[in-house]
Amino acid sequence: MSKLTNHEDYEKTASFKFWRWLSGSKDPYVGVVELKKQEEFSEDAETKAKRISDEEALKAKIYDTDKNIVVKVSRILYRIGAIVLCLAIVAALIICVAYLPPVGSELNPTNNEVVSRYVSQGTAETGVINTVTGMILQYRGFDTFGETCVLFIASSCVMILLMVAESKIKKMNEQYALEPKEDKILQTAARILVPVLFLFGFYVIVNGHLSPGGGFSGGAIIGSGLILYSSAFGLEKIQRFFNEKVYKSIKVTALILYACTMTYYFVTGANGLTNIIPMGTPGNIISAGMIFYINLFVGAEVSCTIYSFYALFKRGGL
Amino acid sequence: MEIVRNFPALSIVMCMVGAILSSVLPKKLTRILNLLVITGVMVLSGFVFFYTLSNGSFVYTMGRFPAPWGNEIRAGVLEGMMAFFFGLIMFLSILGGRRHFDIDVKKSRQNLYFIMTNLLLSSLLAMVYTNDLFTAYVFVEINTISACGLIMVVQNGRTIEAAIRYMVMSLLGSGLFLIGICILYDITGNLLMTPVQNKIAEIAADPARTYMVPLVVAIALLCSGLAIKSALYPFHSWLPDAYGYSTVSSSAMLSSLVSKGYIFLLIKIIYRVVGFEIFKDSKIINILFIFGLIGMIAGSVKAIQEKDIMRMIAYSSVAQIGYIYMGFGLGSEAGMVASVFHIFSHAATKSLCFIAAMGLRDASDGSKKLTELTGAGYRNVLAGAAFTVAAFSMVGIPAFAGFISKILFAQAAVGEPVKMLPTVICLAISTILNAAYFMKTVLRLYSKSDAEYEKVNELKHPVYALCLVGFVALNVALGIFAVPVVEWITMGLGMFS
Repeated sequence: MSKLTNHEDYEKTASFKFWRWLSGSKDPYVGVVELKKQEEFSEDAETKAKRISDEEALKAKIYDTDKNIVVKVSRILYRIGAIVLCLAIVAALIICVAYLPPVGSELNPTNNEVVSRYVSQGTAETGVINTVTGMILQYRGFDTFGETCVLFIASSCVMILLMVAESKIKKMNEQYALEPKEDKILQTAARILVPVLFLFGFYVIVNGHLSPGGGFSGGAIIGSGLILYSSAFGLEKIQRFFNEKVYKSIKVTALILYACTMTYYFVTGANGLTNIIPMGTPGNIISAGMIFYINLFVGAEVSCTIYSFYALFKRGGL
Repeated sequence: MEIVRNFPALSIVMCMVGAILSSVLPKKLTRILNLLVITGVMVLSGFVFFYTLSNGSFVYTMGRFPAPWGNEIRAGVLEGMMAFFFGLIMFLSILGGRRHFDIDVKKSRQNLYFIMTNLLLSSLLAMVYTNDLFTAYVFVEINTISACGLIMVVQNGRTIEAAIRYMVMSLLGSGLFLIGICILYDITGNLLMTPVQNKIAEIAADPARTYMVPLVVAIALLCSGLAIKSALYPFHSWLPDAYGYSTVSSSAMLSSLVSKGYIFLLIKIIYRVVGFEIFKDSKIINILFIFGLIGMIAGSVKAIQEKDIMRMIAYSSVAQIGYIYMGFGLGSEAGMVASVFHIFSHAATKSLCFIAAMGLRDASDGSKKLTELTGAGYRNVLAGAAFTVAAFSMVGIPAFAGFISKILFAQAAVGEPVKMLPTVICLAISTILNAAYFMKTVLRLYSKSDAEYEKVNELKHPVYALCLVGFVALNVALGIFAVPVVEWITMGLGMFS
């Protein structure tokens, strides 16, 4: 026998809300979730007429093909030339592909001593289980260092283009309502997902030398977690733990440490000095010498960069 | 192993660390750091140059693994010279353009500008020293992005448009370059230059000619990719806006360093990857030759039509790039030497043009129009004199750098019976056209005008004056002491193969 509860208590239960939703008497999303009707684009008749007439006048002037024979001929020639050139390049590349060695054949030139050493001695020489990480961070470490600098310079370049002053961000925020409203679905999802994303990203980074993944992929996962948090809770909440100061210090520390590690590696390697970073047992979390640490640095740099792209494009500042 | 062998790698890493630190240091310190980094690069590459002069070239494994497993860089006489020269030009350009830099660039962007310059230098050094095709590609990317940053650091519609144009063209070039590398990797199975060259020699000698088609396509893609990026004539449309509207330091660096870095990379690929003989036997060399010739004349014609001094100098660059590719196209050792010498002489002259034009504009109320510059040579004596020197060098008056490169080109052309006539005719026409627009400008600078602009006394800007003097000295030095320079270039090219 169930106990009869009074109506006020009953209204708080989940079953009441469920039946209310089912009967359609109250939509649970109204007032809680951001639902905004899109404003229709409107333009008064006068400006519209002016815009159209301006455009047409300009077009008529530029493309007056009846009178301007040069434009007419050059337009036709340009189009024909572009098509012919494209077709010629496509044809040349297709012919070239036909002459390339077949995919996966044993006798291919790519199947040589380089690959065989990476596969057979990769674990012994670099201490990694995941050979790909060994290849990009040890054998070809200089390339990867350059690649990390590409990310750094790309984020700096976006800053040159989009960075606005701190005071202006707040003003723009009020004007264009850039910040999210309290959106229940997004916030609930973010509450559940963000810790998982951070944890998983960290897992991918620290296991970079053992399983597929590493600094680049793990950093991207952490960065997407930051983006989700920021778009659910807004600028103020994320600035409590991730503002421009934190961003800069993490990024610069990671990159400087990375540069130092690489310099140490280049100089000791080329001069035949002993490397004092312990290699550890292959398979352990802390093993593979410097690769473990480089993955950490790359992860920090990549997560910061990914988030900074989002923040700069959204509001012009971190 | 001698300590000097570490210097190329250290100078690359030093620039990168400088860039990283520039993002957090206060503004004043970043400027000092930037100059320190460039000076450091000059000192280190000077050591490399003198070391290789007596000991020959060397390879340096970047890490514990030798080629073909790990990354490598390589230094010889030509690399050391090039690295030193790039550092010197960058030093003078940055100091010379400083007066306008503060006006053109917002305070909040100045740190970012020095990140770009430091990384630009690191990428140039890496492209000069690299012995690995993929490393070259990575640093080509860095070079592209930093050049874009240098263009759009002045924020107005024109520069943004120019940066977007540059980005589109440059990425097309990078894409072609990357496809070329992929095809080469597919048929040789290596990325380091030395093993790739050995494999290519085998492929070329193979009687069955199994991989000949992919090889030719790959060479064509590498050449056209780098030609687009260094603004060879039909691909020059991004250039005038990019050079004409950015801040003066950027224009000087873009014209004299960025495009030259790609050209040097192409030389390295011709010698160290493809092999000079195989490159010569492919028909691609004739295409480069023809486009070089067209560029020499078309660039000059465009420059004559310009009414804006910065754009005029920019179009003149198109013609000069044409000279360099024409030298490649001759397909002889002498043509190569002339091209490399022209890289030096053009870099020294063109950056002087931009920096001197800045002083002349200051004496004409900041106007870029040639008509407003009438009589500017009297109002700003030093800049006028410096511009005249640059114009003389461009036209090819004896005792200046440009003269030597023209003589070298002519000598190289004489050695090639088939290509002699077109080369010499185009050289003559281009020289006359060069003279037409540069001498016209110089005459304008020294004619009387009614405009009342204030005189500029350059003694009040000692840094700028010293930079101009430095550039002029560099031009004259290249013109007078050309014999050892040409000798070193020949020696450096000899070390490549």
